Amino acid sequence: MPARIEGHAILRGPRAEIDASQTAVEQAMAQHGYGREALFAVRLALEEALVNAIRHGNRHVPDGQVDFRWSVDGDEARFDVRDQGEGFDPDAVPDPTDDDNLEIPSGRGIMLMKAYMSEVEYRDPGNHLAMVYRKSKGA
Amino acid sequence: MANDSSRLRISAVNDVVRIDFVDRDILDEATIRQIGQDIQRKLEPMTAPKVLMCFGVVEHLSSAALGTLITVNSLVKKKGGTLRLAEIRPEILEVFYITKLNKHFSIDESAEAALKALA
Repeated sequence: MPARIEGHAILRGPRAEIDASQTAVEQAMAQHGYGREALFAVRLALEEALVNAIRHGNRHVPDGQVDFRWSVDGDEARFDVRDQGEGFDPDAVPDPTDDDNLEIPSGRGIMLMKAYMSEVEYRDPGNHLAMVYRKSKGA
Repeated sequence: MANDSSRLRISAVNDVVRIDFVDRDILDEATIRQIGQDIQRKLEPMTAPKVLMCFGVVEHLSSAALGTLITVNSLVKKKGGTLRLAEIRPEILEVFYITKLNKHFSIDESAEAALKALA
């Protein structure tokens, strides 16, 4: 089994930066034997996390950056996403699965992250997201 | 009728507007925005449109893409039409179930089944 693989990127917004980080994580997970289901889950959760941080977290921060750190070993993949915004209260986000909210086009990113990852934690003041995917969760 | 945008293949099957995604990933915000605009432009002049959206090649989609689908569905309903989704891979279908959007959309396994339902 290969050694733990770690990565770090500063994201400013362009799509190519997100794609490059996604590819690096995917390659590391493949090296550690994570299956198709795991790769799908992490790709979806990371997409939501990184886009949320860039588009919403740093919305009012001129030239804002997102600090993205990750590590993958044979048991788990860990992700840390920090934006430079003032944060938010994730508990205040309406439940998108309520019948009354089903027709609202936005607000599903956090619930998808929670559904697909083993752990999702927004740390105070809400601009630091920590996520874990454990290999035992999927294939 | 054939109206190809960069990210969609739009065709007519009898009185149904069939929209096929051509990309494996529907993730990029600009692309999603373009997709929404292309579909709205197509449907805008129509009355009671019958619309089929096929996801055969789609392997990943984001919550932003789901949002665009919801917007398209609202437009179709507002015009008195019907939207059906088809050929959704199991992994993507799970996203619809997790978000409970399977209750919001009419989903068929195949394009043929959807076309039959729209007839």
